[in-house]
Amino acid sequence: MRGRSLISRRHAVLGAFCLCCAPGLSRSADESNSVKTTEIARGIHVRRGADEVASAQNKDAIANIGFIVGRDSVAVLDSGGSLHDGERLRRSIRNLTDLPIRYVLMSHVHPDHIFGAGAFLQDKPAFVAHAQLPQALAQRGEYYRERLEEVLGRGNAGPIVQPTMLVSDRTQIELGGRSLELRAHAVAHTSNDLSVVDSQTGTLFPSDLLFVGRTPSLDGSLKGWLRELSMLGSIHAKQAVPGHGPVRVNFASAASKLQQYLETLLRETRQAIANGVDIGAAPEIVGQSERKNWTLFDEYHGHNVTQAFKELEWE
Amino acid sequence: MGMMRRYFLIAACGLGGIVCTHVASADDEADARSERWAELQRAIFPGRTISEGAGVIQLDAPPRALDAALVPFTITLPSDKQIKSVVLVIDNNPGPLAGRFTFGAAADPRSLQVRMRVNSYTNVHAVAEDSAGKLYAVQKFVKASGGCSAPAGSNDEESTRNLGQMKLKLVSEFAPGEPVQAQLMIRHPNFNGMQMDQLTRLYTPAHFIRTIDITYDDQPVLRIESDISLSTDPVIAFGFKPSTQGKLRVEVTDSKEQSFVREFAVPAAAVSSTL
Repeated sequence: MRGRSLISRRHAVLGAFCLCCAPGLSRSADESNSVKTTEIARGIHVRRGADEVASAQNKDAIANIGFIVGRDSVAVLDSGGSLHDGERLRRSIRNLTDLPIRYVLMSHVHPDHIFGAGAFLQDKPAFVAHAQLPQALAQRGEYYRERLEEVLGRGNAGPIVQPTMLVSDRTQIELGGRSLELRAHAVAHTSNDLSVVDSQTGTLFPSDLLFVGRTPSLDGSLKGWLRELSMLGSIHAKQAVPGHGPVRVNFASAASKLQQYLETLLRETRQAIANGVDIGAAPEIVGQSERKNWTLFDEYHGHNVTQAFKELEWE
Repeated sequence: MGMMRRYFLIAACGLGGIVCTHVASADDEADARSERWAELQRAIFPGRTISEGAGVIQLDAPPRALDAALVPFTITLPSDKQIKSVVLVIDNNPGPLAGRFTFGAAADPRSLQVRMRVNSYTNVHAVAEDSAGKLYAVQKFVKASGGCSAPAGSNDEESTRNLGQMKLKLVSEFAPGEPVQAQLMIRHPNFNGMQMDQLTRLYTPAHFIRTIDITYDDQPVLRIESDISLSTDPVIAFGFKPSTQGKLRVEVTDSKEQSFVREFAVPAAAVSSTL
């Protein structure tokens, strides 16, 4: 009896996946070899990630990824969530330009942003990352790769690519006629967040320091994230490309919603700790007013509360 | 364990878009679990009879863990049976005997909470022993995975730096002579030796808490014998019976033979006390 119920649940879950991938059936063969990008500003092409968790159907193409074309070369940021995702992004680039791909940025350690990097090894670019990324990759890279292969199938995740150029504070890279300003952040969304500003168009790429619509995932420091978010606001970028959500947003208004989520998490977790609520019960109490504002809330929010609790209970 | 176990892995883990869920499709999964528990009973309680524990001991755990490296378990002893110790067994963990909790004269054993690592979908058993030496067990199924081999979190560095730091909080109203609930927090990375550094291909050496002895004015409250399943920075909620003024003393020893001792004046210093 137990076996039967497990099997029926498995069918139910698979059924849900089929619903998510249904729109994919209408794609033409050509389009499926490359990603659909939007040119959000001159020379900046962004692919919107699906607001889903990683699945065999979506190939972990769930983060916003893209590329910037300069006069002399191309920079990729980010490379995608799987080798397949990265290969499709590379074809999109090659459909547009033959300029060399000189830089592949790795905004942070999470698999949906970096497992496409393997598709660009042939271009011999500089793989650019926060100085803390190698350490995080050493601790988690293989673990993430194994988990991803469980979802995508053996051999489908892609290799772990080590960064070759590290940023510990700020630096610039040149694409010819346009320079990108890179900034390594203090512990926030993760311990290794790298953001980018394209000076020519005033476009900020905060990566996962900015979530829009999709429930943020906290894997660094809640207090640190609030600090870095407010620092990014002081840049006054004309527009921003969040790590998840629409391909182009006004930073200030998008950030205010994230700030509200993080501040609610901070305030209500502190309150729960002060009231003697235990860590197991806190996720049901903390931040429930935010549920209506975010997708995939049940998948991520409880984990965020647990992380916040761990950080704040020692205050 | 010749039984075939087939796992159907659906979607993966918490961060960066991977959410861990796996469903065992084999019919013999339930059989394998009870066989595993029978094996563990023989190993941990050789020659002993274990009775059904409903009404004697209650075990609460989230059915699906939000963080497999930190799964809260609450043990409640609702009856007035004299329970002298509780053993927590996480059947499918690499070290299944997760903890042995022995109550002393100054204890209020009615409620105990601990945080554990859970490595895979597993039954968890809490086994109470009463003063007559009879054993009672209850069981919970917990869905969590990767808690033991999960790589270091961002807190681990801090835990190592502040090794042995402790905090004690009273989480219920203090009244002299009446039982009070306390929460003890200990900074310790509790490396279990299963986290691999992929760069060096070396495992972070095991370094974990072996025992925690809590006394109140020299009267034993609680002794915890733990193993590699205890979470990083363990937090333990327990009850004891204070008098008007007294001292709660905590002594922690770990697998490197290090020992950490802290004393908290109760109620005065209990709210927040550090090194």
